[in-house]
Amino acid sequence: MSYPDDLRYSKEHEWVRVEGSRATIGITSFAADELGDVVFVELPEVGATLSQFGTFGVVESVKAVSDLYAPISGEVIEVNEALRDAPELLNADAFGEGWIAKVELTDTAQLDGLMDAAAYTAETA
Amino acid sequence: MNDGTPTDLRHTPLHDLHRELGARLVPFAGYEMPVQYTSIIEEHRTVRSAVGLFDLSHMGELGVSGDSAVEYLRHALVTDPGTLEIGQAQYSMVCDVDGGIIDDLIAYRLADEEFLVVCNASNRTGVIEQLSRLLAEGDFSASLDDRSDRTGLVAPQGPNAAALIGELTDLDLDSIGNYRSAEGSVAGIDCLVARTGYTGEDGFELFCDASRAQDLWEALAAAGDRHGARPCGLGARDTLRLEAGMPLYGNELGRDTNPFEVNLGRVVKLEKGDFVGRAALQAVKESGPARKLIGLQMVDNAIPRFGYEVRAGGAAVGRVTSGTLSPTLGTKIAMALVPADTAGLGNLFEVVVRDRPYRAEQVQLPFYKRPRD
Repeated sequence: MSYPDDLRYSKEHEWVRVEGSRATIGITSFAADELGDVVFVELPEVGATLSQFGTFGVVESVKAVSDLYAPISGEVIEVNEALRDAPELLNADAFGEGWIAKVELTDTAQLDGLMDAAAYTAETA
Repeated sequence: MNDGTPTDLRHTPLHDLHRELGARLVPFAGYEMPVQYTSIIEEHRTVRSAVGLFDLSHMGELGVSGDSAVEYLRHALVTDPGTLEIGQAQYSMVCDVDGGIIDDLIAYRLADEEFLVVCNASNRTGVIEQLSRLLAEGDFSASLDDRSDRTGLVAPQGPNAAALIGELTDLDLDSIGNYRSAEGSVAGIDCLVARTGYTGEDGFELFCDASRAQDLWEALAAAGDRHGARPCGLGARDTLRLEAGMPLYGNELGRDTNPFEVNLGRVVKLEKGDFVGRAALQAVKESGPARKLIGLQMVDNAIPRFGYEVRAGGAAVGRVTSGTLSPTLGTKIAMALVPADTAGLGNLFEVVVRDRPYRAEQVQLPFYKRPRD
């Protein structure tokens, strides 16, 4: 399995794509495969404050309920409304249409503690 | 995520095959079993629209035979197996003296004085203990034979199951009605071919010698391509039976539930004479069960799951026993045990999901009934 080079990854299998002072976050394709068919996503609210490695939502597969852990701290400025009706986007396109939220970063130094694609590939091997 | 494989789990005769097929294996009832091969939802839909192949070799198969096999089972079970014709089967239960359910099972009459009792893998030990004790205590000319480890069980389930098996057998499957069985050869392998299942679809359960289970599976899979067959795991089995309103031991059924609470009073034959649990069950029938198993359909957007609190009028009244997103209906459904006086079709309940109440309406069970022609 290969992972996009432009993202950073957490041990909890979330990804971050940084664009200036903002970032998009989601779960990795590895996590989505492990979960199986995703049937429900509980999104954070716009305006919510995320703290790194704290829970910020829930993803449910047919069999299991799993917490979402924020890979970085920040304020939620947008959530992926499409997931409410189409949670299966997490399985189909975890790094693209299956994005979960966009946040205004509060501490970009936290990114240094996350893995790059090569390290995450090793982590999930 | 689990990266260690427990080594103390038992394997069915199809274990290597599941690995080759890329199944996700999980511990279940002491066995390592496939929960899914590719996708629970796709496997679920395969059973509703075509045919799915299940490995159920973990289940318990107990042979009961002897001059008084009928009297013995009539004493141990809540049903009357004496009413069965040869080749007929019945859904039944073993209850304790207090009326609590030790297991639910299917009893197949194979001959005048021979039965096959198929119980849940998770309860095999408990059922054998109970049946052995009753056999030892009573004055029965009967014997009990645990055939579980020698028996393979492959279940083709779905509307195309009969067409698939029909290619591989000389048996006249049309003559094997629902809850009937016949002995015969499938793909050259001696089988007990039973028209039973746990999916809400037409389907069969094929019992064979454990050593032939892999050959049987491979023959079914090879012939199954034309019928849209695919392997299905326990994940789909659970969502299929839930849509069909079928109870699962450990969820809807347990030692602390009796058959009347879970809408299975019709299974209990109080009129057959004395049997284990009769007095307690008679009392429940006369007073009416205190609790009732109901069907819920979520009004609000949340998935109900096992153990979640159920409220009526703001007060906690019971628990969800099983819940899921229904792959067939697209709705969020659950079964729940609630006080009988709170139950009523159309009544509004709340299911507490992550500390928040979500509305649910009581609906008719089962959630799904297969179209019949």
